[in-house]
Amino acid sequence: MKLSDLFKKKTSSDIAKDRLKLVLVSDRASCSPELMAKIRSDIIEVLSKYAEIDMDGIDINITHIDADENGGKTAPALYANIPIKNMNHNVK
Amino acid sequence: MGEVIVVTSGKGGVGKTTSTANLGTGLAKLNKKVVLIDTDIGLRNLDVVMGLENRIVYNLVDVIEGNCKLKQALIRDKRYETLFLLPAAQTKDKTSVTPDQMKKLTQQLAEEFDYVLLDCPAGIEQGFKNAIAGADRALVVTTPEVSAVRDADRIIGLLEANEIKKTQLIVNRLRAEMIKRGDMMSADDVLDILAVELIGQVPDDEHIVVATNNGEPLVGDNSLAGQAYMNICRRITGEQVPFLDLEAKKGLFGWLKKK
Repeated sequence: MKLSDLFKKKTSSDIAKDRLKLVLVSDRASCSPELMAKIRSDIIEVLSKYAEIDMDGIDINITHIDADENGGKTAPALYANIPIKNMNHNVK
Repeated sequence: MGEVIVVTSGKGGVGKTTSTANLGTGLAKLNKKVVLIDTDIGLRNLDVVMGLENRIVYNLVDVIEGNCKLKQALIRDKRYETLFLLPAAQTKDKTSVTPDQMKKLTQQLAEEFDYVLLDCPAGIEQGFKNAIAGADRALVVTTPEVSAVRDADRIIGLLEANEIKKTQLIVNRLRAEMIKRGDMMSADDVLDILAVELIGQVPDDEHIVVATNNGEPLVGDNSLAGQAYMNICRRITGEQVPFLDLEAKKGLFGWLKKK
């Protein structure tokens, strides 16, 4: 790599690689939007028993664990960010 | 017992048929007994790439349905004594054949031939399932494009799920100039993404178009693509062959010009 490369913006082949890596993570997890919606509603249903959830702030997605955190292999992971308004302390 | 090899890709138009024709011809050049099977029923093309379209009498579906003997349907190549083609039917569809029938047929052919090469149709439906049914090894063809690599990844997953023991990758239509200026993924970039072994990198070469026009695969000639395909053939037979320098084309003149 030349020094001048450091200041260059990403090449189109870099962009292609990045896009591929992302799209393959969701392809490999073979998770259809329908299935994703079902997972999402089931998670919400379970959590709602214990807490009041901020529905607008929910973010549930299949992403991936980076290769360096996982012994050299990228692996799909379920990422969920679910803001809680109030804990429900009356659960039996 | 010969080896049954399927050439597949998922995406259409990446060079499956061209690769099958060149690899088959190249293996025959290496004195192997080879039969090519076009499994793209309804959209056959391997016959024209091989230049054998005028010699077809019977086809794959005729063999399966018992309208003729297997021997009668095999077309001998124009140039190589040990190379044969079993063409696809043009007027039937992919459901005329089942994976079990294909498995039986390829096993039968493997008893007599060193290599049985199957040209797989695009897609992941019935035609794909037929083509991979009896395969010992798969060669996945891709080009350095997002869409083709994505489909190749899907195919590699399906091949694994179907317990194909050996899957290897051919990256086709590489353009050294574009790779150098960062506008095309290199074979290594593609390998980074797809976790498989590389068996060949084939340059985007105008000679391929000319060879297809003439119906004579160029494998083994002096063109870069011809050399690349010949190297793949030798790797298939188990030989260790280093990968080509795809920029070598320019020769001394190009080298001088670059300076």
